[in-house]
Amino acid sequence: MSTASVPLPGWISYGVIPLINLVIAFFFSGLVVWLIGENPFEALKYLIDGALGRGDAIGFTLFYATSFIFTGLSVAVAFHAGLFNIGAEGQAYVGGLGAALVALALDRYVPWYVTMPFAVIGAAVFGAAWAFIPAWLQAKRGSHIVITTIMFNFIGAALMVYLLVHVLIVPGKMAPETRTFLPGGQLPKLDWLMAIFGLKLGPAPFNVSFIIALVMCFLVWLLIWRTRFGYEMRTLGISPSAAVYAGIPYVRTVIIAMLISGGLAGMMSLNAVMGASARLQVEFVGGAGFVGIAVSLMGRSHPVGIILAALLFGILYQGGGDLSFEMPNITRDMIVVIQGLVILFAGALEYMLRPVMVRIYQQFAGRKSASQKLAGT
Amino acid sequence: MSLDNDKKPAIELVGIDKRFGAVHANRDINLTVAKGSIHGIIGENGAGKSTLMSILYGFYQADAGEIRISGAPVAIRDSQTAISAGIGMVHQHFMLVEDFTVLENVMLGAEGGQLLRRGVASARKELKRLETDYGLDVDPDALIEELPVGSQQRVEILKALYRGAEILILDEPTGVLTPAEADHLFRILQVLRDQGKTIILITHKLREIMAITDTVSVMRRGEMVATRKTKETTVEELAELMVGRRVLLRVEKGEANPGAPLLSVRNLTVKDGRGVTMVDDVSFDVHAGEIVGIAGVAGNGQSELLEAIAGIRKPFSGDILIDGKPVAGVDPARLRALGLAHIPEDRHHMGLVLKFEEYENSILGYHRDPRYGRGGLLDLDAIRKDAEEKIAKYDIRPPNPRLKTANFSGGNQQKIVVAREIERDPKMLLVGQPTRGVDIGAIEFIHRRIVEMRDAGKAVLLVSVELDEIRALSDRILVMFAGKVVGEKTPDAGEQTLGLMMAGIAA
Ligand SMILES: Nc1ncnc2c1ncn2[C@@H]1O[C@H](COP(=O)(O)OP(=O)(O)OP(=O)(O)O)[C@@H](O)[C@H]1O
Ligand SMILES: [Mg+2]
Repeated sequence: MSTASVPLPGWISYGVIPLINLVIAFFFSGLVVWLIGENPFEALKYLIDGALGRGDAIGFTLFYATSFIFTGLSVAVAFHAGLFNIGAEGQAYVGGLGAALVALALDRYVPWYVTMPFAVIGAAVFGAAWAFIPAWLQAKRGSHIVITTIMFNFIGAALMVYLLVHVLIVPGKMAPETRTFLPGGQLPKLDWLMAIFGLKLGPAPFNVSFIIALVMCFLVWLLIWRTRFGYEMRTLGISPSAAVYAGIPYVRTVIIAMLISGGLAGMMSLNAVMGASARLQVEFVGGAGFVGIAVSLMGRSHPVGIILAALLFGILYQGGGDLSFEMPNITRDMIVVIQGLVILFAGALEYMLRPVMVRIYQQFAGRKSASQKLAGT
Repeated sequence: MSLDNDKKPAIELVGIDKRFGAVHANRDINLTVAKGSIHGIIGENGAGKSTLMSILYGFYQADAGEIRISGAPVAIRDSQTAISAGIGMVHQHFMLVEDFTVLENVMLGAEGGQLLRRGVASARKELKRLETDYGLDVDPDALIEELPVGSQQRVEILKALYRGAEILILDEPTGVLTPAEADHLFRILQVLRDQGKTIILITHKLREIMAITDTVSVMRRGEMVATRKTKETTVEELAELMVGRRVLLRVEKGEANPGAPLLSVRNLTVKDGRGVTMVDDVSFDVHAGEIVGIAGVAGNGQSELLEAIAGIRKPFSGDILIDGKPVAGVDPARLRALGLAHIPEDRHHMGLVLKFEEYENSILGYHRDPRYGRGGLLDLDAIRKDAEEKIAKYDIRPPNPRLKTANFSGGNQQKIVVAREIERDPKMLLVGQPTRGVDIGAIEFIHRRIVEMRDAGKAVLLVSVELDEIRALSDRILVMFAGKVVGEKTPDAGEQTLGLMMAGIAA
């Protein structure tokens, strides 16, 4: 038997335990850094400095975090319906096509804020479309969604390379990418937001998609915990047999949940394609879809948790880049190792400390209620 | 072991106290269990019986109090220490690996060394010994999933004995057993006691308490209110001690007033996942204003019949008619809209999502109802208010719609389901094992509700493995055996007659 069903107050489950996990992860990362002969404290200083030290550093951190929020939400929505969507990477990639087509079509004629809603829809529809086939296969044929979404990542990548090399490429150019969008097809930077805090954004591509991401966080929260469909998704995700009993249609629920999930992943492209590079390029997703899995796991599939986890990974991404620049011994691969440790301790091993915490808490709470009793008599 | 030691009680609980937030589950409990006795513990749903046993088994920590085993104080920090103190527990929901054999399950966690082979051989020998000593017959090489529930339970007992249990705790062991299996279990328990083991038995069935225990303790609202020698007490006294008032042990009901048939089943055949025929060409009607009971030993097709009517299982052939309209194969949501409510047999699997808060479960299946929201949005205030009303009306404890459903006691979980389905005021009610794990006060309450439904002109179809329950509630009884309806009787048919029919011996 375990202590799994012993209730712990929220501030321990969602505050203390993740924090301790993070400290452990950093401790082991420090150990690795120390083993390769660098000073872990200095490394940490470079990491933090590189991620949060200057205005543009923060801008880059938030830019990465924006992408991770989208993909994190994507994974979380599917997860609530009991589906493990590994395909956010491919859905974001194909979503980029939707965003780019809208931007290419409208950027000449209208300002960005007119283009934006259409681009959001375009990115979401294309991302959703890429999730539809695996969803349909799962719902109708029972093909496991983990396998099919992985396959669709590869197919999506091949498709996008083909389109960029043969169809969307600017004639006469070498680079497999679309033409640069005019300002009417770009999402403006949020330098005014940074200015409020007295920071200068500099070259960092932190842009309006961040606000879209926050809106999506709210909408996802609303969807999961305040709508009938969210209720159906959660029922199916926790207890498929209860869902059958309740008359919740499996096929419809699976497909809609995956469409929403794919749509959210697709929106990640707004940030990279329309916010940063102003053109569609090969491999612009850069692993954000996979990071989304970790972000969702760490954030317990809750939008607030996802925002926090996305910020953490944004810091690791941005700060890690700086760190490997300052300490050449610590290569990019080392940064991946550190990220892996964070995922391991804060995500996969999230329950490792639970029994210990339960014991400490029970002793503490026991003493408290005993003393209350004494005071009462 | 010295004689002196033998006289010491097996277990002494002194001043055990436990709170879960606002719920005071155990209040200053004192309990002494004599060595070599069967000690019954009874009490209403939520009285704190399972909590007390969980403390003894190290699953929870008491806030205050002491546990003494054979006179010596023991700090039971987890189930590991409980096991080494000689305490074994048979859980109501079995903790067995379905696709392991009996032997593998018994050894699990006590494999003895790195090399499996030696462990297997000695485990097999030990198992053999336990079997012959205690009459615990199960095939050590059978797969768990292929065993009937009664045998699975015996495996749980073997597991505990294999780990050297001297004290055995059984929490509502008969809830899932057929009467014959329950008898078998009790014979085993008696043998165990005669060999010097100590047994704590929690049950809601006073008949069982009277039949098998030596001593019985009564809990009420977290307190230990009485302990009696079983020989010196009566069912009536125990019931009153439990509930704090006199309880009606029989259902009061007048004559039925059957109207037109509301629910008809015609030549229904249902197969399970492997293509085995579970329901075989069954036909019957349930009229408005009557209760039709389906009697039968568990596993003779009643569950599949109920699920087919509820739209959960696709029938293989035949018709189901509601108000004359064919509905075979229609999904549960549409059936609910047609006025069909369903209290499922297995609340943990179907009737409830245990991780949900109580109020969320109070709308399961009715979550699309306009009263619970506008458009696609849920109106949480309305849902919680509705849940609170049901909690008050059905005396669900603790009265907190925000509590996670898993943290309600078993009987209170059942009341959540019953309240949800009955309060919808359906036209037809399917009821599976409505009082499994429910205390006598609540049984009285639920039975009365079901009879009220009948008197209000609803059609009620009742499936239960409790023959007493079927006979007390039904206006007509259909007996099922091997997937077929083998006969129809009135409730005054003798237990003997029905028993023979259920065994497939007489029609
Ligand atoms: N983990 C928990 N968190 C909060 N409350 C709990 C928890 N476990 C039990 N409770 C509460 O403690 C009380 C006692 O529950 P317990 O399960 O011991 O009752 P019980 O006597 O076994 O009832 P039943 O006969 O229905 O099984 C109940 O009110 C229950 O809701
Ligand atoms: Mg209990």
